[in-house]
Amino acid sequence: MSDHILLPEGSIEKQTTTLNLGPTHPATHGVFQNILELDGERIMKATSTVGYIHRAFEKIAERRPLYQITPLTDRLNYCSSPINNMGWHLTCEKLLNVSTPKRVDYLRVIIMELARISDHLICNSIVGVDSGAYSGFLYVMQFRELIYEIYEEVCGSRLTTNIGRIGGFERNFTNTAFEKLEKFLDEKTGYPAQLKEFENLFTRNRIFMDRTIGCGPISAERAMNYGFTGPNLRAAGVDYDVRVHSPYSSYQDFDFTIPVGTTGDCYDRFLVRNQEMWQSLSIINQAYKKVQEFKGAEADVFHADVPAYYLPEKKDVYTKMEALIYHFKIVMGETEMPVGEVYNSVEGANGELGYYLISDGGRTPYRLHFRRPCFIYYQAYPELIKDGMLSDAVITMSSLNLIAGELDA
Amino acid sequence: MLTNEIIQQKLTEKFGDALTDWQEPYGMLTFTAPKEMNLKVLQFLFDDTDLKFNFLTDLQAVHYPDNKGAELAVVYHLHNWVDNIRIRFKVFTDINQPDVYSATALYQSANFMERETYDFFGVNFVGHPNLIRILNVDEMDYFPLRKEFPLEDQTRIDKDDEMFGRG
Repeated sequence: MSDHILLPEGSIEKQTTTLNLGPTHPATHGVFQNILELDGERIMKATSTVGYIHRAFEKIAERRPLYQITPLTDRLNYCSSPINNMGWHLTCEKLLNVSTPKRVDYLRVIIMELARISDHLICNSIVGVDSGAYSGFLYVMQFRELIYEIYEEVCGSRLTTNIGRIGGFERNFTNTAFEKLEKFLDEKTGYPAQLKEFENLFTRNRIFMDRTIGCGPISAERAMNYGFTGPNLRAAGVDYDVRVHSPYSSYQDFDFTIPVGTTGDCYDRFLVRNQEMWQSLSIINQAYKKVQEFKGAEADVFHADVPAYYLPEKKDVYTKMEALIYHFKIVMGETEMPVGEVYNSVEGANGELGYYLISDGGRTPYRLHFRRPCFIYYQAYPELIKDGMLSDAVITMSSLNLIAGELDA
Repeated sequence: MLTNEIIQQKLTEKFGDALTDWQEPYGMLTFTAPKEMNLKVLQFLFDDTDLKFNFLTDLQAVHYPDNKGAELAVVYHLHNWVDNIRIRFKVFTDINQPDVYSATALYQSANFMERETYDFFGVNFVGHPNLIRILNVDEMDYFPLRKEFPLEDQTRIDKDDEMFGRG
């Protein structure tokens, strides 16, 4: 970039062009506006505008009982809603001092890692699309479909999942869910084979490497200062992962590594995400093995025994007095909430997804704040694309995995 | 091994009685600092070779309308990645003069977070390079997350919602 020829002051060619990239540019995959100052195709300056799909979740949450906030969290990072849902349940459980059985933890880990895979595969294949290789995207898409079928089998919906409840899941995993999971994990015909093929297409592809190496790099120090977390931070060489630093949902029972990069450019981000998908596959395999070890009555455990917070089964509501009372209290939001403030975070697909919940003992949170990783690291975008080409800005944006829903809350 | 007691001791040594209201809700050390001292506390936590709190996890505000003279609380969550320990501290400010020093010089990440806090609570971060609204429309002339703006009453009947299937 430094060998760029500078034109003499005052010449007509010196004038820069202002270009609006977005709000609805197809290459931005979401509602983002960037006002670029261009010198030819080189970006001199970028100004980001965010907030086009702000939906006031924090305000709405102040009137909702805990269980009604779960559908709001779906709509943050909608590529991996189950992680958001689980993060929210874990926050509530921390506030309410609910501990979950091991089987629930393992089932949650399976769902969260599937969500991580579905998020990363979209991000990485979109980087491919933006650099001119469409086929990878179509290849992996069928496995996202399979992941969505598993969600569907567990909770009934696909994109905005509203999966799980405080204390566990709404119902036990069906055999079909496990069959689909096995199909997904199959070494020969499942996702591992597909991911290998995807990597064959991209990782050592000369064109792809030339397009992404050195594109949108950031140093570890700058990344930390900008509040990066997740794969984007790890690509810059810092091995911070919430799953390892503050394990939740029994992540300490699993054996996995944190992949790190060195330069923090698009190529490293791509590699880190691919490696993380392999790690996630390994975690799912381990968790599935552990789930299978539960026999007899233990194999039917899918929620904690917390009648005050967990909705009872419908048939019990009709026949048992206590179940009816609890059902009424939970649905009307009349459950006891302790006074206190709690911060809980999970490793979302984009980084540390935090929930800061203040309860004054009322039926709804006094204040709820979402720490959205996207929102915080998007600040670095103008710095990342400065002095680069316009087409590099597009790849940088997709490789940061910006999700408008998470950015704008 | 860094513990909450050591952190509290170090901070008390440095700042004396200025830091108050020490608590540990759900294991996270929490305290309150006078609002003029927020940057000094942040800088000390950042620079001290034992404390090493050099990651700003989160920054936002809370509105307590009954807390006269100190209605707005700005809450910082900091994280030490080396010893893996988190702390939280708050500064309270009068809602009529909500001036709090900006942390942007120390943390680039505070830029958007402070803009968001300004946008929703009206906290005026002194020294912020570009303190304008971020998520709400620029023309908005109030701060929506303050408690004086209740959400719409769900039981109201004076509205014609026929077009939305609720008539």
